[in-house]
Amino acid sequence: MDLNALATCLTSASCLVTQSTSGLIIGLLLFLVAAGLTLIFGVLNVVNFTHGSFYMIGAYLAFTVYNLTGSYTLAVLGAALGVALFSIFFERFFMSRVYGSNVLMQLLVCYAFILILDDAVKIIWGPEFKSMGMPDYFRQPPVFIAGGVIPVFYLFLMGMTLLIGAALYAVIGYTRFGKVVRAAAVNPSMVSALGINTGLVYAAVFALGGMLAGLAGALAVPVRSLVSGMGFSILIESFIVTVIGGMGSIGGALAGSILIGLVRAFGSIGFPLFVEGLMFLLMAIILVIKPSGLFGKEA
Amino acid sequence: MPADTMTSAIAPAMTAPVPAAAPRPTVARDIGLAIGAIVLLILLRLVWPSPALTDFGIRVAALAIFATSLNLLVGYTGMVSFGHGMFFGFGAYCFGLIMQRLAVPLPIAFVVTIFATALLALVIGAICIRLKDIYFSFITLAFQMLIYSLIIAWVPLTGGDQGLQGGIPRPPFLGINLGNAFHLYVFAVVMLVVCLLVMRHIVESSFGYTLRMIRDNADRATFLGINVFRVRLMAFVLAGVFAAIGGMVMALFVSGAYPEFSNWTMSGEGIFMIMMGGLSTFIGPTAGAIVLALLNDLVTRRTEHHGLALGIVILVFALGLKKGITDFIADWWRARREAAIEQKARETAA
Repeated sequence: MDLNALATCLTSASCLVTQSTSGLIIGLLLFLVAAGLTLIFGVLNVVNFTHGSFYMIGAYLAFTVYNLTGSYTLAVLGAALGVALFSIFFERFFMSRVYGSNVLMQLLVCYAFILILDDAVKIIWGPEFKSMGMPDYFRQPPVFIAGGVIPVFYLFLMGMTLLIGAALYAVIGYTRFGKVVRAAAVNPSMVSALGINTGLVYAAVFALGGMLAGLAGALAVPVRSLVSGMGFSILIESFIVTVIGGMGSIGGALAGSILIGLVRAFGSIGFPLFVEGLMFLLMAIILVIKPSGLFGKEA
Repeated sequence: MPADTMTSAIAPAMTAPVPAAAPRPTVARDIGLAIGAIVLLILLRLVWPSPALTDFGIRVAALAIFATSLNLLVGYTGMVSFGHGMFFGFGAYCFGLIMQRLAVPLPIAFVVTIFATALLALVIGAICIRLKDIYFSFITLAFQMLIYSLIIAWVPLTGGDQGLQGGIPRPPFLGINLGNAFHLYVFAVVMLVVCLLVMRHIVESSFGYTLRMIRDNADRATFLGINVFRVRLMAFVLAGVFAAIGGMVMALFVSGAYPEFSNWTMSGEGIFMIMMGGLSTFIGPTAGAIVLALLNDLVTRRTEHHGLALGIVILVFALGLKKGITDFIADWWRARREAAIEQKARETAA
């Protein structure tokens, strides 16, 4: 524990800016993953434990596409598309078979996929840590705000995630597809009776959720290293985020993600060894005060 | 014993949800079976004294105690915990640390670990049980990862990701020397059978039937005057304690403790053993433990892609068979009995 360092940081503008930025980066990347998780849960009432693996696949796909083509734009698009396709495959052939059965079966299918995908990544890309490095056009002098250092890529990352978040909000809130999805979350049999193929809607929701995770993976590649099993810690953090924000609420996911990001960034100064513990503590406190989460409906 | 104090309050309710079920097995029969099982397993080791069998038996004992304890929650109470491995790991570390640092007799470390686990499970359970269904699975998983990250981070105490080093001292007590492989085998077998016997007694007691009622209809249980929170918490603590016993057997076997004991994969394996063995029978998780141990041995001998192979087997079970091994046997047995009854009815009619 190092409370002095934390106090020094909180009183210095430069440290405040630097840590807030890195907290926002962690939080916004987490938001993309958690938003997909909470969307799938909200509509299908299924907890996708493989969501972290989707993030991992996105990261590795982006890594490969970037190395092949040298274009980061293509890498991000390729990762999003690839993971969306994989999500549809996963939903149609595996998850859709266990929708009706108990949670245990869903857990088990997801557990199997986590094991398989982690091993598949080891076979395809090798077991060692990989890192892609920063794409050339982001290699520019960082921006200084009040003495705090902000790399250009961080600004890009923030802009992209906010853009994706806004697009998600618009799609769910204002398009016909969004209306169908929201209706299917409330009453799937009525939606089906109105002549809409709910199976297709479910597959599309999985694809959308998977795409968000894939995008997060691709956007994280320049700043994180890749390793088989990297999906699990982000899965756990997404759980914490969704539980804090309220399951099924995308707004809650945003609030929860940023909260967790800031806790991580400032916690790593004050309590370097207990950052994980801080997140769980935060979650436990919120659950005790409001079991359905900050933005969740009463169960 | 909490079960006794509840009997009077629950007794009238008991007759309703389980009408004319199979006759409840007597304690005497169970004890007879238990003694028979111990004798048989020890004879097996004497007839076939291979180190491989000894290792296999000890490992299965630890896993089976763990899986059956998880089934107390999942199968009997309907609480899908995805963090049960934390108690397995905690038991192993707590026991190992007491033996390494305090030089107390082994049984004392054993009992202290049981009480420490009960206390931990009481605190964690009191928070987790406030949440229902999938939220409960989440928060148990989160607490497990909290304990896992504590084990990894607290290097001076736990040895971090290297695990508890230096071996766990196993001083002889009452003429039992757990450093000796045969003694350890007998100890593990006796532990397994005694734990199964006690858990069997728990699930067949009125407390056990209260658990089933809560699983099937918690509202109804509340209307009947049962404090559902308290009963669930009790089940959580009991399950945690038995998981810790499994962890202690494992710690004695490997003479150490590793963070993996408390990792999510341990809980995943627990769920796997329950599902593969069968949810509908008491002995199912034990069968699942045997299958998992066999599978692990076979797979690690043939390929390094352990996860890939295990994942495919799980998928076949979950999507193809949809039932555990003992479920099939139980179904077959029931069909046979019903056929016999029908036969008899036809004979009387004729």
